Amino acid sequence: MSNWDILWQARDEFWTGFLNTMQIFGLSITAAFAIGCFMLFLLEGRPSTSKLTLRVFIDGMRMLPFLMLAYLLYYGLPTFGIRLDAWWAGVGALAVYHGCYFAEIFRGSRLVFPQGQVEAAQAHGFTRGKMFVRLILPQIVMQTRPLIGNQLIYALKDTAFLVIITVRELTAAANSLSGTYFIPTEAFLVVIGFYWAVSVAMEIIVKQCGRFGAKRGFDHA
Amino acid sequence: MPEATAVSIRQLSKSFDDVEVLRDVNLEVTPGEVVTILGASGSGKSTLLRCINWLEQPDRGSIHIAGQRIGLDDAGKRMGAKALARVRAQTGMVFQSFNLWPHLNVLHNVTEAPIHVMGKSKGEAQTHARELLEKVGLSDKAVAYPGTLSGGQKQRVAIARALAMQPEVMLFDEPTSALDPELVGEVLTVIKDLSAEGYTMVIVTHEMSFARAVSDQVVFLDKGIIVERADPETFFERPATERVQRFLERHG
Ligand SMILES: Nc1ncnc2c1ncn2[C@@H]1O[C@H](COP(=O)(O)OP(=O)(O)OP(=O)(O)O)[C@@H](O)[C@H]1O
Ligand SMILES: [Mg+2]
Repeated sequence: MSNWDILWQARDEFWTGFLNTMQIFGLSITAAFAIGCFMLFLLEGRPSTSKLTLRVFIDGMRMLPFLMLAYLLYYGLPTFGIRLDAWWAGVGALAVYHGCYFAEIFRGSRLVFPQGQVEAAQAHGFTRGKMFVRLILPQIVMQTRPLIGNQLIYALKDTAFLVIITVRELTAAANSLSGTYFIPTEAFLVVIGFYWAVSVAMEIIVKQCGRFGAKRGFDHA
Repeated sequence: MPEATAVSIRQLSKSFDDVEVLRDVNLEVTPGEVVTILGASGSGKSTLLRCINWLEQPDRGSIHIAGQRIGLDDAGKRMGAKALARVRAQTGMVFQSFNLWPHLNVLHNVTEAPIHVMGKSKGEAQTHARELLEKVGLSDKAVAYPGTLSGGQKQRVAIARALAMQPEVMLFDEPTSALDPELVGEVLTVIKDLSAEGYTMVIVTHEMSFARAVSDQVVFLDKGIIVERADPETFFERPATERVQRFLERHG
């Protein structure tokens, strides 16, 4: 039996790992996006101590290797009496970590958002929350589309770290197969194929979304 | 007493970093009246207009929109955000640089505030918006995005957007200054039509013949002080001050 045949027979294990990776990714990236949007809203308006604190938190996260955060949540929190399931620790870590990246991406775009549009909204009786949700956020998201696409790929790749905190995701499947049958090259090539396929699919979708912005003059592609 | 006025400005003063930009400005605008504000660059025209809807916060004085005080409550305390937004919604503002919301098409620019601020139903808001787009001559552009419009068209959308709030007063800050000369006319025509329909308007402009044609009252600002106010005939034919005479000579 060739190495590839072995892997083919173990395809269920890959598939389970893949589905688990996709669940973790889907849930955490959705939460991360929401967290990023919410943080952007919290940063609206005049500087204040709480906003400064939030900025420091965001920067602290961005400057932290993701693996450290996953370790902290999984191995560190129990010392404070909070015990998270590995799966949820992974989802939580990804959501917060990439939420901070999203916040920073959005913040960069918010800095150059035309003040005139804000004044027009105020003049038309908009309050902060409605203006943010209806007028600012949609434009920020359209404006940052390529960076969002990039972040999706980062987040997908970061799910692979969760093997270290015992989550049974795609990389864990490859790890275990390569250990059992000692076929690391083939096992990891398969997994790389999965990551690439998902990344390419996301790139295509994100690119298609660009049409939406292009119609409105946000993209010139 | 402010009940009968659309806008009532009392003893308004405003400084930016120790520089007094407006000093003790008093102005009454009665319903249906068109007031134009003239003055040299930097004389405080925009600041005055922006104080009316509290985009700038005055240092002293009071402003009432249709009898309602804006910015401060009757006890002189700052209004809450919601209350301020409610009074602001009674003014319509048209900016020099249009400030349309580019992610929304023309129709949605016009219906956005009526639906999400005034709480109108979508159907009602759209029917009204289409009437307004017809009024400004843009019925055929309802589904176009702002990015595809000319400056004159954008400004007419901005006018329709402000009108959709059914405001007590329309505020225009140099509505044609960002336009190519050949597009100025179409915007001024729309504003003239509005005045004929009885809209209350306060207009900052550098277009002298337009100001003369459209105004009931002309106000001249110099270094933050109203130095002259008169009906257009008197203002343009027999200016009382040398300051205004020189201004009119320069602006032909
Ligand atoms: N946000 C601000 N901060 C500091 N100074 C300001 C601010 N806005 C306006 N000023 C100053 O206040 C003065 C009046 O400005 P304003 O914009 O009201 O003049 P204006 O009459 O509208 O002039 P223009 O015809 O050029 O539009 C100017 O000296 C200007 O530099
Ligand atoms: Mg000005």
